[in-house]
Amino acid sequence: MNTALSWIKEYVPELEVSAQEYTDAMTMSGTKVETYEQLDKNLELIFIGQITAIERHPDADKLIVCQVNLGDHSIQIVTGASNVAVGDKVPVVVDGGKVAGGHDGGPLPEKGIKIKNGKLRGVESFGMMCSVEELGWDQAMFPNAPEEGIYILPEDATVGSDAIEFLGLHDTVFEYEVTSNRVDCYSVLGIAREAAATFRKPFYAPKVAVSELNEKIEDYISVEVKDSDLCSRYCARVCKNIKIGPSPDWMQKRLRASGIRPINNLVDITNYVMEEYGQPMHAFDLDTIKGNKIIVKRADEGDVFQTLDGQDRNLDHEILMICDQEKQIGIAGIMGGENSKITDTVKTVVFESACFHGPNIRKSAKRLGLRTDASGKFEKGLDPYNAEAAINRACQLISDLGCGDVVGGMIDVKSALKEKNEIVFDAEKINKLLGTSIPEEDMLKTFEMLEIKYDQDTNLLMIPTFRQDLEGLADIAEEVARFFGYDNIPTTLPSGEATTGKLPFKVRVEEKIRDIVEFSGFSQGMCYSFESPKVFDKLLLPQGDVLRNAITITNPLGEDYSIMRTVALNGMLTSLATNYNRRNKDVRLYELGNVYLADQLPLTKLPDERMQLTLGMYGEGDFFTLKGVVEEMLESIGMKGKLVCNPESGKAFLHPGRQANMSYQNQVIGYLGEVHPEVADQYDIGTKAYVAVLDLPTVLQFASFDRKYVGVAKYPAVNRDISMVVPKSILAGQIEEVIEKRGGKLLEAFSLFDLYEGSQIEKGFKSIAYTISFRAQDRTLEENDVNAAMKKILNGLEEMGIELRK
Amino acid sequence: MRRDLKGMEMMKEKLDLIKREALKQIEESNALERLNEIKVNYLGKKGELTAVLKSLKEVAPEDRPKVGQLVNETREEIEKLLEQAISKMEKMKRDALMKSETIDVTLPSKRAKLGHRHPNTLVMEEVERIFVGMGYEVVEGPEIETDYYNFEALNIPSDHPAKDEQDTFYISGDILLRTQTSPTQVHEMEKGNLPIRMLAPGRVFRSDEVDATHSPSFHQIEGLVIDKNITFADLKGTLAEFAKELFGEETKVKFRPHHFNFTEPSAEMDVTCFKCGGSGCRFCKGTGWIEILGCGMVHPNVLKMSHIDAEVYSGFAFGVGLERITLLKYEIDDMRLLYENDIRFLKQF
Repeated sequence: MNTALSWIKEYVPELEVSAQEYTDAMTMSGTKVETYEQLDKNLELIFIGQITAIERHPDADKLIVCQVNLGDHSIQIVTGASNVAVGDKVPVVVDGGKVAGGHDGGPLPEKGIKIKNGKLRGVESFGMMCSVEELGWDQAMFPNAPEEGIYILPEDATVGSDAIEFLGLHDTVFEYEVTSNRVDCYSVLGIAREAAATFRKPFYAPKVAVSELNEKIEDYISVEVKDSDLCSRYCARVCKNIKIGPSPDWMQKRLRASGIRPINNLVDITNYVMEEYGQPMHAFDLDTIKGNKIIVKRADEGDVFQTLDGQDRNLDHEILMICDQEKQIGIAGIMGGENSKITDTVKTVVFESACFHGPNIRKSAKRLGLRTDASGKFEKGLDPYNAEAAINRACQLISDLGCGDVVGGMIDVKSALKEKNEIVFDAEKINKLLGTSIPEEDMLKTFEMLEIKYDQDTNLLMIPTFRQDLEGLADIAEEVARFFGYDNIPTTLPSGEATTGKLPFKVRVEEKIRDIVEFSGFSQGMCYSFESPKVFDKLLLPQGDVLRNAITITNPLGEDYSIMRTVALNGMLTSLATNYNRRNKDVRLYELGNVYLADQLPLTKLPDERMQLTLGMYGEGDFFTLKGVVEEMLESIGMKGKLVCNPESGKAFLHPGRQANMSYQNQVIGYLGEVHPEVADQYDIGTKAYVAVLDLPTVLQFASFDRKYVGVAKYPAVNRDISMVVPKSILAGQIEEVIEKRGGKLLEAFSLFDLYEGSQIEKGFKSIAYTISFRAQDRTLEENDVNAAMKKILNGLEEMGIELRK
Repeated sequence: MRRDLKGMEMMKEKLDLIKREALKQIEESNALERLNEIKVNYLGKKGELTAVLKSLKEVAPEDRPKVGQLVNETREEIEKLLEQAISKMEKMKRDALMKSETIDVTLPSKRAKLGHRHPNTLVMEEVERIFVGMGYEVVEGPEIETDYYNFEALNIPSDHPAKDEQDTFYISGDILLRTQTSPTQVHEMEKGNLPIRMLAPGRVFRSDEVDATHSPSFHQIEGLVIDKNITFADLKGTLAEFAKELFGEETKVKFRPHHFNFTEPSAEMDVTCFKCGGSGCRFCKGTGWIEILGCGMVHPNVLKMSHIDAEVYSGFAFGVGLERITLLKYEIDDMRLLYENDIRFLKQF
């Protein structure tokens, strides 16, 4: 919403503020000013001059020398423009003045262009005659200016006076951010009403009185609304004897400042009223309406309609159309039709001022790909009472500006309009909600400024229809607060019952996990939750794999973001690839993020959102580095038991010989492994990469921050080394399981200290050696104790067919 | 008698000689080994002093204690000198060793290669810390939500433009990707445990194309307080406190009226620019203020829908865009960097 301050002052004449004061105060009362522009910012010392003589330049064919009367004196100006004649009145910038742009109409320089006396081909020139481009505009905005050359001003311009004043450019245009609830503020009147209340100045609404011909509109046209669910009110008026011509200067100035091109009186009046009242209107040429009847109804599926921009539009049954007895003549609230559009030869005009269903207009405009100024206003849901006020204002202007004659009466088809809202006034409650002690009289003064009437007898506030946003006392409290000033409301802290701040267990565990994996060199990444369905192929997931059952977004940004991830690896591998391709060495990343698993598709209930810890790395370190990080992390969240790795994990995206499911207390908590070389290729990672994924909900079942002290051993440990040759198929884990199970109470720890495969050992076998330590809490161990324990271990190993190396 | 006297004198002289000789040797020695040798030569079992003791029989019995004492004195003296010499020698040796061990302290360090937290998480944890300190409980809600929690229960009626497909990712039926963390407010209120002071950080989704300032996936931090006698003044006070904690004691706040469906009255909060302190710079586009969050008093309709008696209870809510603060705080000029996971970026935090 862009509006010139001068237009606001039309309704708030006592408003006298600087642009910055206005900006600050309006923003603080709820009408946010995004920015403002002073139209005369770079226009200085520009006067109206009249050309009294023109001579040819002695040394240049394309230049002429003009004598220009500036009222109290004359100056000589050399120009290359060819459109001037003696007697023309023109804008003249004199020595030391400034213009906004160059004559070519290119981008305007920030600080304008300074004008100085000079010589052109040896002839002195004491100023410059200006084109609209030099004034910072273009011909489209000043239809009476020439396509090229100096802007010749109208006859009534006063020689010697300020040209900028004459052109209405001593003005400031404000751009507002209007919130969606304040439909009324998408109009100059709405903003002016806010400005009046903000600065506590009186507001004068335009006085509308239409002088009508003694004829009845019913003799010209009738209206039938068939689909009243989409059109709560349809007002129509007829104007005849239309004389198309330019609109008056004051109207053009205001439209221009609002960014609207002046066209002709009829178009300008509808645009002017749309700005002023916020009510879009449409004008039909009555002679094109068959059967003198307007019918408002839904289109039929598959209809095609040509809008007045010459485009064919495909309609459907949810699009509301304006029709006559034979054909469609406009898309309601969006754009009129080519077949009924106003031409310069129009004689009789039907004005339409209606109230269409906002959401329907929004959706229709979107489906048609045709969002217009009108649809932008209708989609917000307009005040049906405003439709009548606006159409009368338009008719008043038609008649006042000599554009035509208004036929008596108005056709008004409406369904039951919403009653005026009434709210019980309760000053104490308002103060209690705000934490203020604003006197009741002050509140009542605010209501008065906002045209909210208060009935003392019933204690009711009568809400004007243009304030559809005021529904309850909380809304009224906001009005009070806005004009009391949010700044003036005290700042306190909530009283009442004290509460304990806390983090949920899950969040505490996640924090700990972040700490430990970061200590281990992993940096935190963040990936999107949605990805491409092609991911499954990249990860070599077989057809029918349950992970392919991904939740699909019906309106994604594109296929690459169309499914909710079921596996956290894609983001990690993509991130590793990004780093690899940027030649970053030794990269370690982790991510904590959800995967989304559906019970059944399409979804009928909310899916299972499972937080995954994903670790990924390449460069320094290997499978066992990553395994160690996982173990370290688990221990830090209280999982001190053994992490069991089972190679039968069956992950298609991992190296078949280098992958494992990780289990804790017989429950799988995740997996780790080397990325399958083919997958690495798919992602363009040209080196060995390792990943580990832990399912946090499962991990959380075992995590704990409880710690219990166990006495530090007082008696010495006894160590025994065993060395064995075993078939390669026997895993270290199996040997350790035997040691653990058979070691008894005295077993304290064991560790692998040698692993060898090679020429000294028979093919298919490996040599493996452990140090096992025993300790008792209450005594120094005797040889016999240790021998007994060792014997059990060795028996267990023998049962597996393992022989000790002697 | 004379002979005895003579024996005594001789002993004295002999001991004197031994002492002087030992002293001389100690002084002249230049190695620990040599000192040990001297120790053995004089004090050892076969050493000279032992020999003197052995020859005590040559001394008259009544003089023997005296001579014995003399021998001991001499021994102690030599021992003392030897000890001094040894410790001096050891010190010299250690000094020499250390000198040879001198390192170039300017050589590169050996660092434990620590990983780094994502900047978003750093800000998120900081915000959590501030509100937990004020008695708030951190909660989480689902990222895939129903229309009811994401819109309807927040007083956003079915025809509201915010629900337009342009903004919301839909899945099926009334299931969608949450567009805000506000649904957690409703979940928390429905539990019915009053009073409520909650903070709900989380991921949200809106169908914005990816560019330097937009992402279809980002984070919000939602706050909600419900209690008796909660006022707009409390909202102002709480958030002013928060801003000071997050951006520094000097930070000032400004509340501007705004509109959100689920709060009334509503406001946007600006803070004095934390780069220029309010004088105006490129970060705050010359205004001196930076918009940080939206907030307001919980709309009575929202309370009612969640079965909270709006006549007894009131409350306030606020929502902070996490990425916005992250970008501003760390002067990151492109939002895409947050999701690229380039280690050279992450290592800076």
